[in-house]
Amino acid sequence: MEMYRSHVLVCAGAGCISSACKSVQTALMEHIDKHGLGKEVKVVETGCMGPCDLGPVVMIFPDGVFYRKLKPEDAAEIVSEHLLKGKVVQRLLHQPVGQTEKVTSFDQLDFFKRQTRIALRNTGVINPESVEEYIARDGYRALGQALSQMTPQQVVDTIKESGLRGRGGAGFPTGLKWEFTARATGSPKYVVCNADEGDPGAFMDRSILEGDPHSVLEAMAICGYAIGAAKGYIYVRAEYPLAVERLETAIAKAREYGLLGTNIFGTGFDFDVEIRVGAGAFVCGEETALLASIEGQRGEPRPKPPFPAQAGLWGKPTVINNVETWANVPPIILKGAQWFASIGTEKSKGTKVFALAGKVNNTGLVEVPMGTTLREIIFDIGGGIPGGKKFKAVQTGGPSGGCIPAEYLDTPVDYESLSKLGTIMGSGGMIIVDEDTCMVDLAKFFLEFVQEESCGKCAPCRIGTKRMLEILERITTGRGREGDIELLEELSQVIKSSALCGLGQTAPNPVLSTLRYFRSEYESHIRDKKCPAGACRSMLAYYINPEACKGCGLCSKLCPTEAITGEKKQPHVIDPDKCIKCGTCFEKCKFNAITTVN
Amino acid sequence: MKSLDELDKLRQKLQQDMQVRDNDHEVRVTVSMGTCGIAAGAREIVQAMLEELKEQGLNNVALTQTSCVGLCQHEPLLEVARGGEKTTYINVDREKAREIVRKHLVQGQVIKDWTNPEK
Repeated sequence: MEMYRSHVLVCAGAGCISSACKSVQTALMEHIDKHGLGKEVKVVETGCMGPCDLGPVVMIFPDGVFYRKLKPEDAAEIVSEHLLKGKVVQRLLHQPVGQTEKVTSFDQLDFFKRQTRIALRNTGVINPESVEEYIARDGYRALGQALSQMTPQQVVDTIKESGLRGRGGAGFPTGLKWEFTARATGSPKYVVCNADEGDPGAFMDRSILEGDPHSVLEAMAICGYAIGAAKGYIYVRAEYPLAVERLETAIAKAREYGLLGTNIFGTGFDFDVEIRVGAGAFVCGEETALLASIEGQRGEPRPKPPFPAQAGLWGKPTVINNVETWANVPPIILKGAQWFASIGTEKSKGTKVFALAGKVNNTGLVEVPMGTTLREIIFDIGGGIPGGKKFKAVQTGGPSGGCIPAEYLDTPVDYESLSKLGTIMGSGGMIIVDEDTCMVDLAKFFLEFVQEESCGKCAPCRIGTKRMLEILERITTGRGREGDIELLEELSQVIKSSALCGLGQTAPNPVLSTLRYFRSEYESHIRDKKCPAGACRSMLAYYINPEACKGCGLCSKLCPTEAITGEKKQPHVIDPDKCIKCGTCFEKCKFNAITTVN
Repeated sequence: MKSLDELDKLRQKLQQDMQVRDNDHEVRVTVSMGTCGIAAGAREIVQAMLEELKEQGLNNVALTQTSCVGLCQHEPLLEVARGGEKTTYINVDREKAREIVRKHLVQGQVIKDWTNPEK
């Protein structure tokens, strides 16, 4: 590789790609060429840096300057001022909410300062398409060390002692899973990576695959050595085309360097990885359904036991871990079990990546030690709630999880404390909602999702979630009846205890947890026909303020049901019987004369 | 990959390119690149510095630039900062730049003659 005095890192994570980072990158390269800086300045495309709401973002080294919300037009100034003359372009710096000063260097940002990056150690730092950059950051060293200095049992023991638990949802101890598979009889054995991330709002696995694909390959090879497998599969959803592409590049490069294939590190160990692209059914994230899908069967789950450790792919012993779990493995081998176990809480070791989404100032990916409180994650790193609104709840764990209200903001986040609150860590999605969100509506959203994604194999999930959804629809449209809450609870319990797989067993969780903390909202929908958050449209009445109405007639023209009448230049009125509450008049009125009454 | 040694050797070679992205450089070399600096040939100084740093295989040197520091008549200017100590070289040219890398950065000898205006 050539030596450059400056590296310009352009974030090419999914978030920045959708905010057009490519055109910024192209413009930067054009201007760098124009000024003849091509030999001094290198432009590097990286995976997701984390602060997605600020995209496209660029970091310039060695100064560590962080520019945000760039447009292609900004490239000329960055090159002529910063790269040529060393002057930081003030107007492109980030000014965090509530702070009076702009931040020059990324390590001054609270967003980065408070993070501990293990799984995301390379994401946003290296070029994911360069195995050389991965190697320069100690890549494949853990594999080399494991193969040439450790026995398979020692590798298993190291993972066990580290206390690493599955980052995909249930939090099962990873080392134990490996041990079961290593001891199981049956040959050949397999290693599988679950990259079927499907929780609404979660994108940590996607970012790791797109930003640091080699870390997953290396970890799978380490596991292969530990359990005696020579073959690995990565099951990645088709909706992640960039992840698939970068994985393909990574596998090809690793084979070229002899880091995958035969006789790796001259130790006689063979291991190779293949990609399987899943068509994006949520249930395929469920391990038994995923394995069936790799085999070419319908992606439907089967009862456990037997667990995949005993009978997985083609009935053979199989380790299946999720992407983030894999990304933690190489650093544990390199730095030791004790190092990893010293981070986090007593029962939850290490760090967790969270995807912040919803009503929070800084959306994006953050990695923090287990035991960090929700308040720190949402307010210190996430920058709090936008628009001066009040925090209402945080939904964790996706459709299998639940929501946590404000009174528990100081809860340290780990597997146990979340489950005590009636939710789960899950994959790490965190959807933050403010006072304008109706909790019944939120529960309905998640139930709608699982109802659509149910594979239909078992009745409780197929029919039960459908009935629950119908009740929720009734409640949110003002047709709720006495007894609906009790019915929801009963259905929830039955589905939880009788569904075949994790998807069905956890499907009622969003309803149960909103009932637990926000029962009064359900009650006012049912009894008073009112939505306290003012979010359920059909419960609102639209009303024209006669003093503000100029009689322009726009609303009556737009009204699809001719519910609005009035003389020109005279205040108009809405006939509540004809109004279908579509909200068009409310949105289009130029004089803010239309209001909603709860 | 035939052995762990082979990987380690490759890694050391590759790390040189990546060290730009570390934030804890021992030594920081700053070239003044205001209009005055560029007009006096600062661009060439940067090129020469880069070439020599590579030849000497120096890790942990950050080569950055700044704008006019107000001594326009002494451009090109180059500052070497190591720990708390700072040295400003004036009227640098390609050859001087290479010599600064060899003497100052490799051997730790400040070349005093080039820090004062020539009489």
